[in-house]
Amino acid sequence: MDTAATPHANYLTDGYGLKSWLLTKDHKRIGLLYLISVSAFFVLGAVFAGLIRLELMTPAGDLVESDVYNKIFTMHGVIMVFFFLIPAIPAVLGNFLVPLMIGAKDLAFPRLNLLSWYVYTIGGVFTLWALVNGGVDTGWTFYTPYSSAFSNSNVALVVVGIFINGFSSILTGLNFIVTIHKMRAPGMTWFRLPLFIWAHYATALIMVLGTPVIAITLVMVAAERLLHFGIFDPTLGGDPVLFQHLFWFYSHPAVYIMILPAMGVMSELVAAFSRKRIFGYEVVAFSSLAIAVVGFLVWGHHMFVSSQSVYAAMAFSLLSFLVAIPSAIKVFNWSATLFKGSISFDSPMVYVFGFIGLFLIGGLTGLFLAALAVDVHVHDTYFVVAHFHYIMVGGTIMMYLGGLHYWWPKIFGKLYHEGLARVSAVVIFIGFNLTFFPQFIVGYLGMPRRYHAYPPEFQLWNILSSAGAVMLAVGYAMPTFYLLYSLVKGKPAPANPWGAKGLEWETPSPPPTHNFDTTPVVTEPPYNYAK
Amino acid sequence: MAGAHATQHPKLQHHFDNLDQQFEASALGMWLFLVTEILFFGGLFLAYLVYRIAYPEAFAEASHELDVVLGGVNTAVLIGSSLTMAMAVWSAQLGKRSGQMLFLALTIGLGLVFLGIKAVEYSHKFEHGLVPGPNFRFESARNPVPAQLFFSLYFVMTGIHALHMIVGIGIMTVLFVMAFKGRFTRAYHTPVEVSGLYWHFVDIVWIFLFPLLYLIDRHGPVGH
Ligand SMILES: [Cu+2]
Repeated sequence: MDTAATPHANYLTDGYGLKSWLLTKDHKRIGLLYLISVSAFFVLGAVFAGLIRLELMTPAGDLVESDVYNKIFTMHGVIMVFFFLIPAIPAVLGNFLVPLMIGAKDLAFPRLNLLSWYVYTIGGVFTLWALVNGGVDTGWTFYTPYSSAFSNSNVALVVVGIFINGFSSILTGLNFIVTIHKMRAPGMTWFRLPLFIWAHYATALIMVLGTPVIAITLVMVAAERLLHFGIFDPTLGGDPVLFQHLFWFYSHPAVYIMILPAMGVMSELVAAFSRKRIFGYEVVAFSSLAIAVVGFLVWGHHMFVSSQSVYAAMAFSLLSFLVAIPSAIKVFNWSATLFKGSISFDSPMVYVFGFIGLFLIGGLTGLFLAALAVDVHVHDTYFVVAHFHYIMVGGTIMMYLGGLHYWWPKIFGKLYHEGLARVSAVVIFIGFNLTFFPQFIVGYLGMPRRYHAYPPEFQLWNILSSAGAVMLAVGYAMPTFYLLYSLVKGKPAPANPWGAKGLEWETPSPPPTHNFDTTPVVTEPPYNYAK
Repeated sequence: MAGAHATQHPKLQHHFDNLDQQFEASALGMWLFLVTEILFFGGLFLAYLVYRIAYPEAFAEASHELDVVLGGVNTAVLIGSSLTMAMAVWSAQLGKRSGQMLFLALTIGLGLVFLGIKAVEYSHKFEHGLVPGPNFRFESARNPVPAQLFFSLYFVMTGIHALHMIVGIGIMTVLFVMAFKGRFTRAYHTPVEVSGLYWHFVDIVWIFLFPLLYLIDRHGPVGH
């Protein structure tokens, strides 16, 4: 491609001042604004994770008081869930790629898109304010009546912060749905859409349908704390378990807000690096929608020990097994795509293999937890902690990084150090397993979550886990350096460095402000590789 | 395509191909927003349902404290405002500037009447100690604890509804100014149409709130 040789006007060179960024309506620039804020929150959340692992090096609670420890794990959870994992892939990669992949000039509502970033930032400021003001100690789940009637920490501030932040999610989801319906290029039929788009469509449905429910739930908690309205307070006739129902009605599907976009990235990477059409394209597309729908019917599996009726628990258990099926279908189809493909081991592909390994373990242990009797045994132990970290960190972050590596040359027009990228992917994979696999064991042995002290016989597992956390930190730090270095010294990237299919590769790197010099016309199915 | 750009409608944003596409996108966006609103209010309706089933007597007794006449008048006022809103949209479709201004003004006026009556109702509740919290005192104290729950839900539900009314009146005021400046024509009146959807939605929420809070069990066996 000779486009790289001659520098062209692109979205990065279209205005240099701070104002040109803070008032931009370009989805690509807004994606980068999100990249910066989301990364900052990730670092903050990781610092809290580091403090947790430091405290748990020894059985005695010697680093911090138990009160402080409560605040540390709460801030880790709140920041990572609401300010990193939920926006990470959709708001950064999705924002950048959804219009490019469907051949549109922008998202349908560019101003709402910019508003969503400001809303996210304001929500973040409230949460940081709570942090500076002494933190919050309820756990990221805000269970009532502790959160509403007893906790002396900054519950109201954080709740307001998450309420505000929720609107950024709603706006992003709404924008994606309208864009995918109304803005597709000529010839871009539904079954020519990349699977990344299908995954983001399903994600957007959950954002639009689920987020308002957590919003109103948090309003009720705030009303109880600030105005003494006793909606969840048993002394006023309220039912604290109602809070759990409402909370998990959003917060279980929220896991799919994190993992569905990761699955979308997976499909793109698997196809690109095995040079094959995704096996069973339609099935993979519909499995995303199936996950979005069935995901709304399984929230009760968080409440097997919360006074839920045993019949409800049995129904939720069965439905939780069912929701594993569409996820399993995807894994089988990716594997079938790899079979006899022309596989190349570029760095994004190393993340692909990492994802398959970690998501498999995370998903299968999810089945253990969906089984009633097993869940009663391991409820609130490190087994659960390990399970959801395998999905959220092992799944979502692997694909966030994999996607970032894959599209980095497109986003910035620069090539990074490929050798270092492969090494860091391997370091992350090993570090991750070292951190979290011991937690399955120690959880199964009975170590409860959310305590800063534990019996001495669990120490070995905890030391292994903390050692893994150090390795993981190194693995995450590496891309920070070589990716930033590539911006300064990296070789210019051609329009299509991987030789991949997809409209985003048909426009120069970085793309011009309006994405395409002429509106593309789509004439072929997706992933139309030679074999 | 250069020719197409030369004749482009001034209200067409750069990333749309034509005004139809732009209108369809805006309308779909508003419908989706209303879906989020249904789920937002849905959480409150669920809480209401759960507690109504748990404490039927207390809820019936507490609902007698609400003023059915004022509530009924407000229902009529809101239904009237939906009519004027529909007329405003119709005037916009025909490009009639004076009609747009008249009907938007009427909609704003009726919205303000609704909020005024609501404020009167709220002040009565304050006077009678029916606001949940330390000063709550429910006169016929057969079910004081769940009755407080009823009033918690009453204030949260009607309060959030009133907040939506205030936002709606703000939107209508902006539309009124735009109509005054002659911004809406037969070819372009998307903001009026889309805001109309929002206004009707807020009315419909009240159509559900009124019977749930004021009417159910009013003539039932309890409370006589
Ligand atoms: Cu769940």
